[in-house]
Amino acid sequence: MKLHLKIWRQKNAQDPGGFVDYDLDGVSPDSSFLEMLDLLNEELIAKGQEPVAFDHDCREGICGMCSLMINGVPHGQDREPIKQITACQLHMRHFRDGETVVIEPWRARAFPVIKDLIVDRSAFDRIIQAGGYISVSTGSAPEANAIPIGKKDADKAMDAAACIGCGACVAACPNASAMLFVGAKVAQLSYLPQGQIERYDRVVNMVNAMDAEGFGGCTNTGECEAACPKEISLDFIARMNSELIKANLKGGR
Amino acid sequence: MMNIDEIQVAEETLNSAVPKGPIHEKWDQHRFEMKLVSPANRRKFTIIVVGSGLAGASAAASLGEMGYNVHCFFYQDSARRAHSVAAQGGINAAKNYRNDGDSIFRLFYDTVKGGDYRSREANVYRLAQVSNAIIDQCVAQGVPFAREYGGLLANRSFGGAQVSRTFYARGQTGQQLLLGAYQALQRQAHAGTVKLYPRTEMLDLIIINGRAQGIVTRNMVTGELKTYLGDAVVLATGGYGNAYFLSTNAKGSNATAIWRAYKRGAYFANPCFVQIHPTCIPPSGEHQSKLTLMSESLRNDGRIWVPRRAGDTRPPNEIPEEERYYYLEEKYPSFGNLVPRDVASRNAKAVVDAGHGVGELRNGVYLDFKDAIQRLGKEVIKDRYGNLFDMYTSITGEDPYETPMRIYPAVHYTMGGLWVDYNLMSNIPGLFVIGEANFSDHGANRLGASALMQGLADGYFILPYTLANYLAQAGPGDAEMSHSAVKDAQLFVQDKIDKLLSVNGKRSVLHFHRELGKVLWDFVGMARNDEGLRHALKRIPEIRAEFWEDVRVPGSAADLNQSLELAGRVADFLELGELLALDALYRTESCGAHFREESQTEEGEALRDDENFSFVSAWEFTGDDQTPRLHKEPLVFEYVKLSQRSYK
Ligand SMILES: Cc1cc2nc3c(=O)[nH]c(=O)nc-3n(C[C@H](O)[C@H](O)[C@H](O)COP(=O)(O)OP(=O)(O)OC[C@H]3O[C@@H](n4cnc5c(N)ncnc54)[C@H](O)[C@@H]3O)c2cc1C
Ligand code: FES
Repeated sequence: MKLHLKIWRQKNAQDPGGFVDYDLDGVSPDSSFLEMLDLLNEELIAKGQEPVAFDHDCREGICGMCSLMINGVPHGQDREPIKQITACQLHMRHFRDGETVVIEPWRARAFPVIKDLIVDRSAFDRIIQAGGYISVSTGSAPEANAIPIGKKDADKAMDAAACIGCGACVAACPNASAMLFVGAKVAQLSYLPQGQIERYDRVVNMVNAMDAEGFGGCTNTGECEAACPKEISLDFIARMNSELIKANLKGGR
Repeated sequence: MMNIDEIQVAEETLNSAVPKGPIHEKWDQHRFEMKLVSPANRRKFTIIVVGSGLAGASAAASLGEMGYNVHCFFYQDSARRAHSVAAQGGINAAKNYRNDGDSIFRLFYDTVKGGDYRSREANVYRLAQVSNAIIDQCVAQGVPFAREYGGLLANRSFGGAQVSRTFYARGQTGQQLLLGAYQALQRQAHAGTVKLYPRTEMLDLIIINGRAQGIVTRNMVTGELKTYLGDAVVLATGGYGNAYFLSTNAKGSNATAIWRAYKRGAYFANPCFVQIHPTCIPPSGEHQSKLTLMSESLRNDGRIWVPRRAGDTRPPNEIPEEERYYYLEEKYPSFGNLVPRDVASRNAKAVVDAGHGVGELRNGVYLDFKDAIQRLGKEVIKDRYGNLFDMYTSITGEDPYETPMRIYPAVHYTMGGLWVDYNLMSNIPGLFVIGEANFSDHGANRLGASALMQGLADGYFILPYTLANYLAQAGPGDAEMSHSAVKDAQLFVQDKIDKLLSVNGKRSVLHFHRELGKVLWDFVGMARNDEGLRHALKRIPEIRAEFWEDVRVPGSAADLNQSLELAGRVADFLELGELLALDALYRTESCGAHFREESQTEEGEALRDDENFSFVSAWEFTGDDQTPRLHKEPLVFEYVKLSQRSYK
């Protein structure tokens, strides 16, 4: 099949960047979206031009590295029958022959563009550093079955833990808020008995770190949940907010 | 070019430094005897850890917690994305929570047997011993393992075992274990004991006065080359399966770090032991850039079959029960669909080669859930494998709840890697290798759910002791930036980058990678023979020569340049591929995943030659385009009885 591509090209963080048009022919409907970009890049290299830089690694929808805005939708996931996918899992059979496809990087103040479609998401790591863990050093753990955890809580914790840190939630949000990302980690650890001790400090520290990184506030538009390839629920934002209120009542830092 | 007839075998055998004493006491005794570094002295030692997967992250976090000054390097933008994240099925431990007869000794025994008796007994025993502590550690970190209604941990079974010892977190076990280790690592980053270097590639190893003391890296955003010096170097850079181009590994997985270490003198062990995983989605065409694994856990409930009649093109639901050939169940009644990976893969190849393949390209076999759905209900199957089914649907456009999955083997894991002794140290003092990057505890074939166990065992519970023992004895390093070895490594790296950019030929890096992959898959893949391997040994240096004459790498070195990154990796694969073929040619026996057609039982199973090949092959680099020298580590089995593996 044939495609008309409009791709964001930007040399580096300082460069203003802009769209460049490409026509691509011979795309197999069975190929993935990233394989389509591979094909384009092979053609660009053959013509002596610089290929389009984009982040990717596992190509299985789990590492969270790929991060493409496709026709204004994070991961282009509105096309697949199973909507919760990442760009690497999107397949070309869901595109029309001759279609125009616009490809952009995530847009958010806290995610500056590094080159072309690649952005800097290190803000997420710094938020985790502020408290997204249980402080247990190697060797000091009790026997694993010493503390039973109800299946319901364990399942909820797993639902929240499924986040792949791709940043689609931020990219989808009109305020570029990171509440879903932070909410998921806060919620995961709050459902588990092991997470109770640091519960209140954790939520306060992580929310402060999030604000310091320049993410926007949450106005409940729900765009993040709709864009999440792992179905992370808005309930976790509610859970985080209630944790935060409790923390403040308790006079947590 | 490497030449099989020129191989020189070193007279002295390798010393694996296995402690004396009964196998179940070795590790405890060794831990007591090893030297310690006092807490106050630890921060004076700088440790370079390359890799942030399960092995690297767990090691870096643990060493940071102990108070060492740790630098951790990785090529992704965040440590959380290391390839370990993709592991689906689970992690083994000898907890015996199911009360079904498991024990440390049984896990040890299964692993040695599963590896077809080509691993080191003492290491495997230790692995089984520390396996339980891993589960404890992960639960304490908040890893949300699957649980029973009573609140206790759940288990599933995996290929090659008759007990249920695999712990899992839905189909995302690797992700959850990695996030546990990642979070521990971030805690140390916050505490200032670990410094993280994302988007940074290690391109060379620095050895000064016979001791590994630093690395040369490239910042993948700015292109800046930078040297880091330390008192020890730990490589946790994963496997080299991507040499085959198509594999289940992440696109960025590479052999550069271990290959550079090899070229600086570290021995490369058993390179030909490459695991081909039986349950992957078959390729769909030329555009294919990687293969996707469907977790082996699916074999718990799915039944594998092909049409009994070769060339039968009817859709699966039109093939009546009696015309379906459930070849694993028929051939191996006691293990059935749960035979080890190498056995499952070879049998799939055999039926496809015989014309029973399914799917449009006739390149797969069916994995059918109809019976399981009837027995357990769709909801249960969805709960167990929902995300895998979704992934399958999005890739193939087919619905596995309605029609059987199509699967075929694909390159998945490399048992080979840098040689290490009992202390996980290579033959170069101060160079430690952990996780998939070392030649590992899996012998000639790894059992499912054992790589995660090994990575975390190495990083959390073994390296922190053995590294301390080394530092306590070797003392602080004496590396200086002005040393000639530093300059030498920097020059080498700069020179290679310049060369890659200056060839300015016509063909892309991808072209050469595909070509290498095809040679390896066809001749050094699931079934190997003398003629094919000799062909590969001839062909690979030719492709390499063409690469250096005709590759085109656009862009500059002083910039984010993904073509340049790939070019460097493929250049290394083009060298490693040749060693892989040489090792496979040298080992004329079959064992585990290494199947030499000349050496099989009447039933077509891998036939070992214990008399002549009960050793680890460790290759020493002797110069570019030279035949490497072979060092042998004899394998002695005192606790496990060698037998022809049988899963009948
Ligand atoms: C799809 C899939 C599913 C799997 N499922 C299972 C399972 O269910 N159970 C199981 O036990 N095993 C499984 N495995 C195997 C297991 O996941 C791996 O063997 C294991 O995770 C490897 O961990 P590691 O820490 O050694 O390396 P990796 O996780 O591969 O990490 C390598 C690290 O090294 C870094 N790195 C690499 N090269 C360089 C360089 N040159 N410079 C700087 N940094 C570098 C990377 O950035 C990364 O951080 C699976 C593997 C695959 C591919
Ligand atoms: S490349 Fe890993 S999630 Fe897309």
